[in-house]
Amino acid sequence: MIIPKLSVRNILGAGTKTWLNAVVLSFAFVTIIWGQSLFRGIDEEASRAMIDMQVGGGQYWVESYDPLDPFSLEKAHAPLPPPLVAAVASGEATPILIVQATAYPEGRVLPVELRGIDPGQTVLTFPSASLSGRPDVVPALIGARMAKSAGLEKGDAVTVRWRDAKGTFDARDLVVVETFVTTLQTIDAGQIWVPLGSLREMAAMPGEATMAVVRQGFQPSFTVPGWMFRDLGFLKKDVDAFIKTKTIGMSIFYVILMFLALLAVFNTQVLAVFRRRREIGTMIALGMTRERVIGLFTLEGALQSFLAVLVGAIYGVPLLILFKAHGWRLPAGQADNFGLTIGNVLYPVYSVGLVVGTAALVFAATAIVSFLPARRIAKLKPTDALKGKLK
Amino acid sequence: MENGKIIELQDIIKTYPMGRTTLTALDKVNLTFGQAEFAGLVGPSGSGKTTLLNIIGSLDVPTSGHAKVLGRDIGGLGHREAASLRNRHIGFIFQTFNLLPVYTAFENVEFPLLLLGMPAAARKKAVMDALAWVGLADRARSRPGQMSGGQNQRVAIARAVVKKPEIVLADEPTANLDAENSHKILDTMVQLNRDLKTTFVFATHDPKVIDHLRRKIVLVDGRVERDERQP
Repeated sequence: MIIPKLSVRNILGAGTKTWLNAVVLSFAFVTIIWGQSLFRGIDEEASRAMIDMQVGGGQYWVESYDPLDPFSLEKAHAPLPPPLVAAVASGEATPILIVQATAYPEGRVLPVELRGIDPGQTVLTFPSASLSGRPDVVPALIGARMAKSAGLEKGDAVTVRWRDAKGTFDARDLVVVETFVTTLQTIDAGQIWVPLGSLREMAAMPGEATMAVVRQGFQPSFTVPGWMFRDLGFLKKDVDAFIKTKTIGMSIFYVILMFLALLAVFNTQVLAVFRRRREIGTMIALGMTRERVIGLFTLEGALQSFLAVLVGAIYGVPLLILFKAHGWRLPAGQADNFGLTIGNVLYPVYSVGLVVGTAALVFAATAIVSFLPARRIAKLKPTDALKGKLK
Repeated sequence: MENGKIIELQDIIKTYPMGRTTLTALDKVNLTFGQAEFAGLVGPSGSGKTTLLNIIGSLDVPTSGHAKVLGRDIGGLGHREAASLRNRHIGFIFQTFNLLPVYTAFENVEFPLLLLGMPAAARKKAVMDALAWVGLADRARSRPGQMSGGQNQRVAIARAVVKKPEIVLADEPTANLDAENSHKILDTMVQLNRDLKTTFVFATHDPKVIDHLRRKIVLVDGRVERDERQP
């Protein structure tokens, strides 16, 4: 117990120097937690929004449907098979029909997807209910991005043209009954949502759908010929891959921050070696072994990180709680440029694992960078150390 | 130990490489010291006093010859054994005091006892006794920067004797002190030598110290020129 006792005595005895080091190290510690929690928040928000509004608990697709190939839409429709009809009837699934179309807002030509959804569905948190209550027109629901790019507003009419199941071109005016704001570009840009019944009638596809979204927690216990089930892992694959890419970027930032923090500790410890070499010589002369000298300096460095955690907790905990409550509002337009589903306000997500893991990492890393100069001390000849020499 | 000799130096040679040549710091030194001696290595700068003290203190090893301290061959000691010898049996007093700057007087004196693993209660008593011997019991909480040079050196003496070692090695202990403090320090060491039967070996060229020595070993160019004992 002598080394811990002496370490504590030394770092507390050093007074201001110790606390300055702890404050500097705590900046890195708090920043690392802040940065990591922000990305965790983005990750969770992206996943949550996607699940709630778009993919639910998974999707049954008509086999020929390929979301990356608009030409596949021509054939990507089929009557709902009995198991899915039953699931829809019990509220466990909701069908969506997708038809490729062209819109003519203000005389412009805009390729769009007409998406038919049941206005009364409750599987997704999508605001489909606004499509009900207008039997006089074909109501349309569009996202804010689509509204902006097409120059449409609530109440506007827009002409759309499509080819029905028999290959015949048809056209009709839709009335925008509502616009919605979402972080998900994949249900907004280039899409016009209409009642499922209307689209089936317009496209001459009665009882048909392109996909059926099942409720979260629904366990598909059936296979349907001509349909394939896409689980969350598959549907979130691109988002997860993107998050992973961003996480790697954040990890580099994390490593740089950690490196800078450890450089400060290393620098401090190396300076301490120079400054305290006579003291070290005295300790050796008084009978301290090399191993104990190494242990003392290594522990002193590690204790700096412990103090940094304490100091960081004093200002970091309220700061991070405040940040959690108010979030970080991105400048206008930045959210859409991020390349991932994120809100205009980012909310961090903290976890015990993140805080403890970061603290442990900082603790271990500072111990290592403290060990390196300490090892050099141990090689000093006592007579040189006493004279203040450092060979 | 043979014949009560706690330090035996036989044909000690110590050389240092100096570029292409070597500097001979000690040249065939033969000396012995018994218990409770109050002896000094006297001579001008560069005569080998500190080098010899370092070898006796197991801080350095001779290039050739045999140095035995309390029966242990200094040249054959590993660094752990040398550290143990210093910790248990040898006290050091340095010209520049070499107190640990962030420690209080109490903590400085306590340091060797912590290394020895002495229990807390016994440690506290020993430290306070040692500070009382040097007249600084009331400055136990003071740090080196808050005390005078004389007080700091007295703390260093307390640290050297707190574990009641067989040998205390003092390298120019009065060099940074004024006459009054020098005399106080020397009186303290004489008394400790008498009370504790500790062998004191000084390296000095300070006449005030030399006046107190009962044995004076004059070194010149690394050789023992004279070894004089007071009656």
